[in-house]
Amino acid sequence: MATKILLDKINIPGIKSYEVYRQNGGYASVEKALKEMTPDAITEEVKASGLRGRGGAGFPVGLKWSFIDKKSGKPRHLVCNADESEPGTFKDRYLMEHIPHLLIEGMITASYALGANLSYIYIRGEYMWVFKILERAIKEAYAAGWLGKNILGTDYSLDLHVHCGAGAYICGEETALIESLEGKRGNPRIKPPFPAVSGLWGNPTVVNNVESISNVPWIVNNSGEAYSKLGLGRSAGTKLISASGHIRKPGVYEIEMGITVHEFINSDEYCGGMIDDRPIKALVPGGSSVPILPAHLIYKTANGEDRLMTYESLSDGGFETGSMLGSGGFIVYNDTACIVRNTWNFARFYAHESCGQCSPCREGTGWLEKILHRIEIGNGTMEDIDLLWNIQSNIEGNTICPLGDAAAWPVAAAIRHFREEFEYHVLYPEKVKNRDHFVNEPFSTVKHLINK
Amino acid sequence: MKVTIDGHEIEVEPGTSILQAARMIGGESVPPAMCYYSKLEGTGGKCRACLVEVSKGSEADPRPMPKLMASCKTGVMDGMEVKSITSPRVLEARKAVTEFLLINHPLDCPVCDQAGECDLQNLAFNHGKEQKRFKEDKRTFAPENIGENIQLHMNRCILCYRCVKTAEQLTDKRVHGVCGRGEHAQISTYISTAIDNEFSGNMIDVCPVGALTDKTFRFKSRVWFNKPYNAHRNCPTCSGKVTLWMFGEEIQRVTARKDEFHEVEEFICNSCRFDHKDPKDWIIEGPRKFEKFSVINQNNYTTKLDKVVLNTEKQIVEGREQDRNKISMKAIPYTEHESKE
Repeated sequence: MATKILLDKINIPGIKSYEVYRQNGGYASVEKALKEMTPDAITEEVKASGLRGRGGAGFPVGLKWSFIDKKSGKPRHLVCNADESEPGTFKDRYLMEHIPHLLIEGMITASYALGANLSYIYIRGEYMWVFKILERAIKEAYAAGWLGKNILGTDYSLDLHVHCGAGAYICGEETALIESLEGKRGNPRIKPPFPAVSGLWGNPTVVNNVESISNVPWIVNNSGEAYSKLGLGRSAGTKLISASGHIRKPGVYEIEMGITVHEFINSDEYCGGMIDDRPIKALVPGGSSVPILPAHLIYKTANGEDRLMTYESLSDGGFETGSMLGSGGFIVYNDTACIVRNTWNFARFYAHESCGQCSPCREGTGWLEKILHRIEIGNGTMEDIDLLWNIQSNIEGNTICPLGDAAAWPVAAAIRHFREEFEYHVLYPEKVKNRDHFVNEPFSTVKHLINK
Repeated sequence: MKVTIDGHEIEVEPGTSILQAARMIGGESVPPAMCYYSKLEGTGGKCRACLVEVSKGSEADPRPMPKLMASCKTGVMDGMEVKSITSPRVLEARKAVTEFLLINHPLDCPVCDQAGECDLQNLAFNHGKEQKRFKEDKRTFAPENIGENIQLHMNRCILCYRCVKTAEQLTDKRVHGVCGRGEHAQISTYISTAIDNEFSGNMIDVCPVGALTDKTFRFKSRVWFNKPYNAHRNCPTCSGKVTLWMFGEEIQRVTARKDEFHEVEEFICNSCRFDHKDPKDWIIEGPRKFEKFSVINQNNYTTKLDKVVLNTEKQIVEGREQDRNKISMKAIPYTEHESKE
């Protein structure tokens, strides 16, 4: 059994409540931090741990904390990004739903490290029941004296609030989240200035993912060095993977980084193999925004090495032959899946969720969606495929925030690796009309129809 | 601080943006700006038309910036080297942005009051493609009445947010904003005919396209048929310095004075703009000059204009005569016998 950090105590009955959580060693990191450590010492521990941001970009958490502007004398804030809306990702929900006090403990320790006296958890609007769970947990923490004025008799005070979003994917982008938290329209800000200098109400702010913050108590309790020994190289520690798709056992798994993709998909401890033993066709390893991988690049990288569940190995080969670990939304497709349909579905999501602030994203995502829909229902032309490629390259890198890139990458990867399927849609419109989400004749059986 | 844009060197103050530095140099290197407005805080960065390539970050850190940068929002660093019109990547990106802005634009320039002084027309002229690749239906919005002075054409809007910032910074209370998301984002008051403020008319001047136009000038004339004059009056609320757009003795439109980058020099009040249309109200200073290639110069009275002769009536009469002959089929003889069968 691999080491577990986050889901270690998840099966203890009643771990949701404060009493059980406390009896099982909860809030020990707060005691240790406030009584024995200085804020800078905690930041150093997190730096030494090599913990990387779990929201998708993988930026080192300790480094992010050290950027916060402590000299200006302005109040500082820690904001937890619980606006988890990436299609295929549901790890934060699992964590907050089952062990809410872990996040609160992490928030207190991390806020102390940053010197923040007012912190927020920004949760997405669709997680209303989780919002209530967190509210109750915070109330319990206040009652037990972990939050409020002079925590544990020290002169450190912290107020923690949960704020509920209104259902916009874009508010998961950190500056849009801050705008939304301020009560404005959730439009991403133009960087620089970065939130570490001017964030919430112009104050220095750190925005971290739920999973990143939940790792902090363990690091404080067991030292950063112990954490850095877990995992593989620069991908330190464990990672929550929310597995879905055509696998026997979908769900949230905590893995130690460095296991192979083959083991993760096929071992009984994790996904348990493919459903009905059908062949694997494609994999989206990190949520809908990352490039899709074709079958021959899933278990092996382009130069023949085993593909591992690490930041480095999954992005091996760049976007030509690799992908990204992203937020850990692991979607597996077997041969009944239609890649065009899937790409259209993703494009529809991004067109719907674009904030409409900058022109390439506002107009481009909608355009991509319309063309993909046309191809999917059998009205496409060969020029449309090249047009899609051109539009995505025009969006990528030219937008304010990464949503434009996130909309462009899946389309680019689908055309790069599955161009023949797009051509099949164009050449045999009568076969793709009136189809359901899954196809009766897998593409491998009709591939010969496309003459190269 | 020294910055080089397309090979032109210039000394600028710290805190200047690349776009401002380029404007100081002038000429072809100035990136087009659809959303940035130097007189309004917080504008810019949205349209992505002003993207430039930073080929050298600064003297201290000479690495190039990997992405194209929005020049209106990127501050200059000492020793920075910028490529605007000399970079194929930048030109490609501008073409792309122009195409994105135009795919859902109604292209109704022939009936648009902004035509002739429209930034999107200029952008499309300089960076547009000849071919259209967008086959789908264009996005449309239901017409909305936002107030008695300003006409909103949401279909033409490029969502630059300039009018939102104008309302925020010039008027006491902003009553309009952007509703909706993505493709369906739209300028709206939410409550009909709500815009009623002494300085609201400036939203018309800052609008880069024909989304917000003057109701008192609606369909009156093309801008190049008007003669623009600088004029002023003693106004208790604003500076009173305006441009009058005259047709003969009639003042058809009053706007603020705009500089070569189409930015208002001084904001004016609604009373000057909408209520003073009598030449007696104004002290006319002289003709307003526009950049050399502006279509407004077509009617500049410094050039000699030929007398216009309308031949329409005669042509119509000739045409009618031809039609009458064709319809009556004179060549074919009429017999009573045939029509009875």
